[in-house]
Amino acid sequence: MRAIVEVMLNPKVLDPQGKAVEGALANMGMSAVCGVRVGKRIELEIAEGLTQEEARSQVEEAADKLLANPVIETWSVTWQA
Amino acid sequence: MASVSKRVAVITFPGSNCDDDCAHVLGDVLGHHVERVWHKETALPEGCDAVCIPGGFSYGDYLRSGAIARFSPIMEAVIAFAQRGGRVIGICNGFQILLESGLLEGAMLHNASGKFICKPVHLKVNRKDSTFTQAVSVDRPLVIPIAHMEGNWTCDDETWARLEQSGQILLQYCDEHGDVGAEHNPNGARGNVAGLLNAQGNVLGMMPHPERYAEGILGGEDGKMLFESMLGSIR
Repeated sequence: MRAIVEVMLNPKVLDPQGKAVEGALANMGMSAVCGVRVGKRIELEIAEGLTQEEARSQVEEAADKLLANPVIETWSVTWQA
Repeated sequence: MASVSKRVAVITFPGSNCDDDCAHVLGDVLGHHVERVWHKETALPEGCDAVCIPGGFSYGDYLRSGAIARFSPIMEAVIAFAQRGGRVIGICNGFQILLESGLLEGAMLHNASGKFICKPVHLKVNRKDSTFTQAVSVDRPLVIPIAHMEGNWTCDDETWARLEQSGQILLQYCDEHGDVGAEHNPNGARGNVAGLLNAQGNVLGMMPHPERYAEGILGGEDGKMLFESMLGSIR
């Protein structure tokens, strides 16, 4: 089992990295793109023998305490078998 | 030279790179007893009077600057020390670590310009009755260099109102006359915040590097006053 945690900057927060990518895409002539935000994808391999509930609660704690900073970021988890 | 020598712990994380400079200023320049502490230690040196968390790139700034260092073994002892009222100064990456550890409020974003900024800046000292500014002997803004990529401090409106009300905004980016206009803000930090206190006033996080302007031969000495304040206030 694997948990995929995606971390994004809070929409209210300026993302200079996204802005820089957006500028480069504009320089490349990619007129289809009118906004870019850059986040992180973190893959967690889950140990065997845990219940879904045990794994979920630890992954959520990891996301809250370490993987994302709730002051400036949001996170979401998807699960893979 | 300080009249009474104090014991100061300078913490080194993997990737800290201003620890030697901080130890030099605290020890060689100011004459205090410096204890170098590796991050894997679980206790601070006995009789420690203050803790300095230096700048650098702890853990390569992986994930977020300061995020991984916050869980280094020594940090539990640092947090307990701060909660007992012990003096803690975090400089640059040290400030980021203090934010991640919850000892200070808010969070750090990449500089609004997207650039690494390295230059001396002017700092308005908002109060001289604090633990970290009581030895500031000048009425002009301080000049101390910054060197960072992520100094764009932010917080929500409710937190900002409380921090401002309670006098926790200690240092703000300004011009040579002390004007804190947005045009004098190098990195986009909310309210031009360069240095922030905790509610009890015994923990300071600041982006500028006081250890780099603590000897005239290096360009300035204003930074020395902040260390002298922190250590001079200990009985």
